[in-house]
Amino acid sequence: MKKIKQSLMKLRSSQLLVPCIAVALLVIFNLIRDPSFFSVSLAANNNGDPVLTGNLIAILNGASELVILAMGMTLVTAASGGQDIAVGATAAIAGSVFVKVLSGGPITGGTILLGFVCCCLVAMLFGAFNGTLVAVFRIQPMIATLILFTCGRSIAYWINGGATPTVESPIVTAIGSFIPGVPVPTPIFIVLAVGLIFALLFRFTNLGLYTQTVGINQRAARLNGLNPTAIKLLAFVILGACCAVAGVISVSRLSLINHETLLLEIEMDAILAVAIGGNSLGGGKFKLSGSIIGAYAIRMLTTTLYAMKVPSTSVKAYKAVVIILLVVMGSPVVKQFFGKLSAKIKAKTAGKEARA
Amino acid sequence: MQDNIVLTMRGICKSFPGVRALNNVDFTLRKGEIHALMGENGAGKSTLIKVLTGVYSRDAGQVNIAGIEGDVAIRSPKDAQAVGISTVYQEITLCPNLSVAENIYIGRDKRTLIHWKEREKKADAILQSLGIPARAAQQLGSCSLAVQQMVAIARAVDADCKVLILDEPTSSLDEKEVNMLFKLMRELKERGVGIIFVTHFLEQVYAVCDRITVLRNGELVGEYPIEELPQVELVSKMMGKALEDLSGMKKKEFTPDSTEEAVYEAHNLSSNQGVKPFDFRIRAGEVNGFTGLLGSGRSESVRAIFGADHVTGGVVTMHGKRVKVSNPREAMKHGIAYLPEDRKDDGIIADLSVRENIMLAMQVMNGFWKPVSRAKQEEFARQYIDALQIKTASAETPIKSLSGGNQQKVILARWLLLHPDYLILDEPTRGIDVGTKTEIQKLVLKLAEEGTGVTFISSEIEEMLRTCSRLIVMRDRNIVGELRGDELSQDNVMKTIAGGNRT
Amino acid sequence: MNKQPKLRQREPMSETQLLMTIAICIFVVMYGLAIVFLGGGFQRTQQFFNILNDNAALLIISCSLTIVMICGGIDISVGGVIGLVVMTCVVYLNSAGASIPVALLIALGIGAAFGVVQGFLVSYLEIQPFIVTLAGMFFARGMTTIVSVNPQKVAHEGFLALMKQKIEIPWLGYVAKKGNLVPARLEIGVIIALAVVVLVYVLLRYTKLGRGFYAIGGNQQSALMLGVNIKRTRFIAHTLSGLLAGLAGFVFLMHTGAGNATNASAAEMNAIASSIIGGTLLTGGVGNVFGTLFGVLTLATIKAIVPASGLTEPWWQSITTGAMLCFFILLQSVVLKKRGSKKAKAAKE
Repeated sequence: MKKIKQSLMKLRSSQLLVPCIAVALLVIFNLIRDPSFFSVSLAANNNGDPVLTGNLIAILNGASELVILAMGMTLVTAASGGQDIAVGATAAIAGSVFVKVLSGGPITGGTILLGFVCCCLVAMLFGAFNGTLVAVFRIQPMIATLILFTCGRSIAYWINGGATPTVESPIVTAIGSFIPGVPVPTPIFIVLAVGLIFALLFRFTNLGLYTQTVGINQRAARLNGLNPTAIKLLAFVILGACCAVAGVISVSRLSLINHETLLLEIEMDAILAVAIGGNSLGGGKFKLSGSIIGAYAIRMLTTTLYAMKVPSTSVKAYKAVVIILLVVMGSPVVKQFFGKLSAKIKAKTAGKEARA
Repeated sequence: MQDNIVLTMRGICKSFPGVRALNNVDFTLRKGEIHALMGENGAGKSTLIKVLTGVYSRDAGQVNIAGIEGDVAIRSPKDAQAVGISTVYQEITLCPNLSVAENIYIGRDKRTLIHWKEREKKADAILQSLGIPARAAQQLGSCSLAVQQMVAIARAVDADCKVLILDEPTSSLDEKEVNMLFKLMRELKERGVGIIFVTHFLEQVYAVCDRITVLRNGELVGEYPIEELPQVELVSKMMGKALEDLSGMKKKEFTPDSTEEAVYEAHNLSSNQGVKPFDFRIRAGEVNGFTGLLGSGRSESVRAIFGADHVTGGVVTMHGKRVKVSNPREAMKHGIAYLPEDRKDDGIIADLSVRENIMLAMQVMNGFWKPVSRAKQEEFARQYIDALQIKTASAETPIKSLSGGNQQKVILARWLLLHPDYLILDEPTRGIDVGTKTEIQKLVLKLAEEGTGVTFISSEIEEMLRTCSRLIVMRDRNIVGELRGDELSQDNVMKTIAGGNRT
Repeated sequence: MNKQPKLRQREPMSETQLLMTIAICIFVVMYGLAIVFLGGGFQRTQQFFNILNDNAALLIISCSLTIVMICGGIDISVGGVIGLVVMTCVVYLNSAGASIPVALLIALGIGAAFGVVQGFLVSYLEIQPFIVTLAGMFFARGMTTIVSVNPQKVAHEGFLALMKQKIEIPWLGYVAKKGNLVPARLEIGVIIALAVVVLVYVLLRYTKLGRGFYAIGGNQQSALMLGVNIKRTRFIAHTLSGLLAGLAGFVFLMHTGAGNATNASAAEMNAIASSIIGGTLLTGGVGNVFGTLFGVLTLATIKAIVPASGLTEPWWQSITTGAMLCFFILLQSVVLKKRGSKKAKAAKE
């Protein structure tokens, strides 16, 4: 009992509180609304393979790109104190490069690997471009990434010479949906793999400590021998790699690249995931797990709204209300106000008790 | 209230969590007087000024202003302006992107529309009458800092102030600019404005002031007419005599320069922070100190040694080998450690835990690919928390929730973990309690015994006399003297600081 | 500008004037080259007027962005507000008994409502403007589709008549092949937009409020010390920005005459880009609404020149825009750095 209380107390002070509450509220809401929301069933897909279906799987699967981008965005936010608004565009560029390499000849495992390496390199290059503007030229991240936001999708268009080519291959389909015989959608495995890579990065390198140090106190970081410029740059390059992975997943889902709609406005969701995860958008200390839960919460909200027959186009309006509620709750002014209020109430009740 | 008195403060007290910043301080300002407010760091000067300007609210005490009945409550800078108190800060609180005329008038206009011609004409008139070399239409950012400072004063004068507070206005001005400022101050004095002048340049005090009030450790030392307080006495009043009992501490006796190899030696070292080229050497097991008043260049000198500022020239040898130290990382590689003066902005990583703060320098030295294992980290953290008696709830507590002294110990632990050959401590004892101060001094001596070269900087001379076997004295960013052995006495240090040769 | 006292002319150029001058020069050179090498349409005044006609709404929201950016903030909801206003007005105008003044009021009301709420959240609750206005954009875009998912055309006759109202300037026209004179046509929206530019210029230069915008953008702490009410000032800036976005929506509708869920998509980014090109500094405190006018013109001219000069593939427009934006952002960074080093020097001296 004591232990539970302790862990509850820990959660209360932890930054994971907000994303956990968000998820919990959504779960409760859905349980009341329609318990069958959570049912998962095994059904045969078009190829006759048994696969898992249901809202829960759809959430886990659909959130894949968002989760991956949110992880990279968390790092950039922590190091630079700003956000990259061009992740969708960068992912589109990466997807185009991927398709470009694949459309050169017969698609084999080798060419897919080559395509992935190529698009990763290109995306990291664009990440480095953003990073240079931010770290070397000291331009606010949002403004620096406005450049790619403006022209990134056109660059993606340009790479494939104006067409929206398709890449028909069982391997690509396997990446985007299911590996034959495995009932769990492949993107979920990719997310696990990326998550594992991040976990290993934090375990076996000083990435976490360095980025947080630079984000919290750049001057002190320099005096302790760190190079803030290099670390910010690194964060943007890592985000670039995340964009490449997200781009490849997204391309594989449909087996085609549409530069206009691929991961459209996902940057906004990714930033939101970081914020819901309890990470300060001003940089500094971060928890990757918060952003991940935040990303799933966003997807869950979207799926819930869909399940309630809200048209996909107007989901944004509801999302906006949730964002505002969350940030208002997190606003220091509001917190202070409620802090004062509760202190007053306490004082009053204490006074009453004393009188009684 | 006497006729010629414009401001009196009586029994002002102000506490912050854990610190008593002002204790029963009195202050009196007369009409047409330039009154210096003196004291070393932490003496309470800036707290007193902030109480007067409504930035802080006072815990106790009374403020009276000529022409206003009874105690005057000042709750905000706006209130202060309304009763005729204007402040010009060291950092210019004007908008550099606006014109000079606008900076004089913004926030005070009654009219919604701005008549530029009229405003600039009026502003030009004020500037001219005060002899300020600026044009009203000029962008403020294009003026020199001195002129910006003067524009701020012009604004205050135009707002009809009775009390003008100048908070370290000269710290970034050159001699000519300072003279210009003094001319302006005398002009205002003629007009009957009472001026409170806060500075750490002693010569300037004697050049322009009529009266001096000295504070130390939040208490009033006294108020003196300028002619009754010679420079050396002023220094001793400011520094005071620390009274802590430090029996049992023995510093290493100074041994004359032997052939013993220097841990660190610099020749003609200079940095872009205005430190004039200087020579410096330190041997293993030696504790030396840089002393001088605030702004004398003592911090800038050690920052140059550590490569914290941009090093512009000089030759550095360590253990007899020539090395290059142009940034902190290189310094750390060669075994130099530096505990910065500004703990909050340069030292702690506020949101990270005590453990992470202790491990930071070592993790950086190990490199990106070789983090220390969590178990090892915890062991190190525990070891140093015990060794330095750091008071913290746990190793995972964020450092920002520790007291100042304990934060300082954490940063000290961070550097000790690297076992440096040469440790620089810039004001390690500032703003921390007496007990911790003593602990840190003892630690310094112990490290020296173990063979580390230590440079120790403190505003408290007693403390330096107790720990250092050699003192390098600085004034105006130059080394003006070096005291060792028998020469080490409070009198000598103060004489050298005050620059006996100049009076 | 001639009316300024002579003293002013001796003053060295401030950053905003320098950046604005560069923008104007680049625009003039670009347009000049277009006239010389591309000929055709660019020789006609109508081409220039078309640029204005097409970008009147963008010009208005660029003004609102300039105001907010001078305060050191950002407002990315403006494009969404245009979309929502356009759709709402179309739906209203197509209902029975609709009148144009009421439609205009609806437009301004929606804009002002966004401005007030966002301004409150940003200034009084101290939430980052980016997040607040991002949510604003989401909300506006979502609401647009709730108002109507399907594209709609205005059928209101009075409004159609208003749309057709154009100012004809015969002496700027040209003689068509058939021999009859085609006068240059300017839409009413352009007049409104130019009026907004002038009004915002007056606001920024000649009112206490406008100078307050500059003060809080230049140095918020100083502005507070100088007695500027920073919360109220920032609140008003956001409210104005919203109001202008509402007006821009109305102007947009007067140009297109139809509502669509994707109306004015990414307009906020174009507006930010225009302000930056026109010399508004991202860090606040520096900017000029005439510069913004030329920013809009520069941006629009690039978009017109690129296809005319043979780069007809659809991607070249935004790639050149991006390159141009990159150039201007780097230029600003260099100018700022120069200013910084000058200051450091001054401090040393």
